[in-house]
Amino acid sequence: MTAIRTVLAAARDVAARVPDPELPMVTLADLGILRDVTAEDGQLVVTITPTYSGCPAIAEIAHDLKHRLRQAGFDAVTVRTALAPAWTSDWITPAGRQKLAAAGIAPPHPAPVADRQGPVPLVLGATRRRPPVPCPRCGSPGTTQTAAFSATACKALYRCDACREPFEYIKDI
Amino acid sequence: MTDDEFTVYEGLAADDEDHRWAFGTGFTDPLEGVDTSVPDGVDSVALAAYCLMLGDDALVYSHRLQQWITRMPELEEETALANIALDLLGQARMLLARAGRAEGAGRGEDQLAFFRDENEFRNVRLAETVDGDFAELTGRLLIFSAWRLALFGQLTGSADPVLAAIAAKGVKELSYHREYAAEWVIRLGDGTALSHAKMQAALEVIWPAVDELFRADAVTAMLPGVAADPAMLRGEVDEVLRTVLAAAGLDRPDRPPMAAVAGKAGRDGVHTEAFGYLLAELQSVARAHPAATW
Repeated sequence: MTAIRTVLAAARDVAARVPDPELPMVTLADLGILRDVTAEDGQLVVTITPTYSGCPAIAEIAHDLKHRLRQAGFDAVTVRTALAPAWTSDWITPAGRQKLAAAGIAPPHPAPVADRQGPVPLVLGATRRRPPVPCPRCGSPGTTQTAAFSATACKALYRCDACREPFEYIKDI
Repeated sequence: MTDDEFTVYEGLAADDEDHRWAFGTGFTDPLEGVDTSVPDGVDSVALAAYCLMLGDDALVYSHRLQQWITRMPELEEETALANIALDLLGQARMLLARAGRAEGAGRGEDQLAFFRDENEFRNVRLAETVDGDFAELTGRLLIFSAWRLALFGQLTGSADPVLAAIAAKGVKELSYHREYAAEWVIRLGDGTALSHAKMQAALEVIWPAVDELFRADAVTAMLPGVAADPAMLRGEVDEVLRTVLAAAGLDRPDRPPMAAVAGKAGRDGVHTEAFGYLLAELQSVARAHPAATW
């Protein structure tokens, strides 16, 4: 058992360090995309979860995982998708948040608490009323959302009112 | 090679089972590794038909939204629309894949998207209609996302765990889409006299297609505990629209519903004339090269 555990720990370590294809400054583990690494019938099974339903990076991530693990000596690798529970930006680790901020991308606020008992309440003007997103460059709390979406599904666009620099924010979902 | 030198392009050059020819190609099954066995007591033929309905709504509407790309007023709206269309396409891929597995006839997402004819599509007609202007785009997006969010909210409790998982993921996306559309409808409705008039006119154009969203269908009736009764969604959608229209200073249109054809509508495979042109654009490349992979 101990030997298997050591091998699994090594594999988990390799998988955890694979960078995200769209946000290469953070790893799959940092983003909370890597859900599990287990052994089944002599196969290494890596379970990942997509951030958004249409995330085009999921195929790249699966390829990168297999490639990295093969380089580390793990030949029989299966990558599985887990849909539930749905990914939340709360799964981004403290280390991941620091790396994002250092790269000029504001890390997400805590996600709104999902109320599964009833309809999702409509909040008008919510994108403007949300808690301020501090500028990742100069730290000023005075920033303005310029677009609710950005170059990838997981981000929104902001501009700092102090240093005037534009920056991206990881949407809290 | 050290970790720092690793790039996402490295995998392309590697001599292994990777068949991608460029970054972003090489689609994988969106339900790879997901347990897609149909729960006991659930009619798998009806489940396949139901997933096809919801998948077609997203596929067809996503395509309509994509047709707006390069025609939006600002770059920020381009990215917004592209992202919304991408979320819906992701939902469509999972739902079509789910439909194919439940059907058990070996049809995958591509087969279902590209090799079915017009009368085999089960989307509501609201999703297939061309938007005449930006006001129609935002109005239709508001109604579509408010309705789909209400539907997915119900499906998070579905007895089919795959459908429940797809819905739970979609709820987060659709809430964001609805919010985006609501803000535009209010901005236009509560804007200048011209924008107000155009927004009101847009709602008048869209309104006849709304009633169909709440129409009963034979498939849903066969899936108690799995599917959501469309009639049950009306209260939530009406409340959202009432709130947005009030904030925008717009009137709720009073228009008769779009006619069914011999009692049949989108869910029965009866579509509007514009739908054939949409499918031609969506399917022609795949049909010209039926063995191609990408």
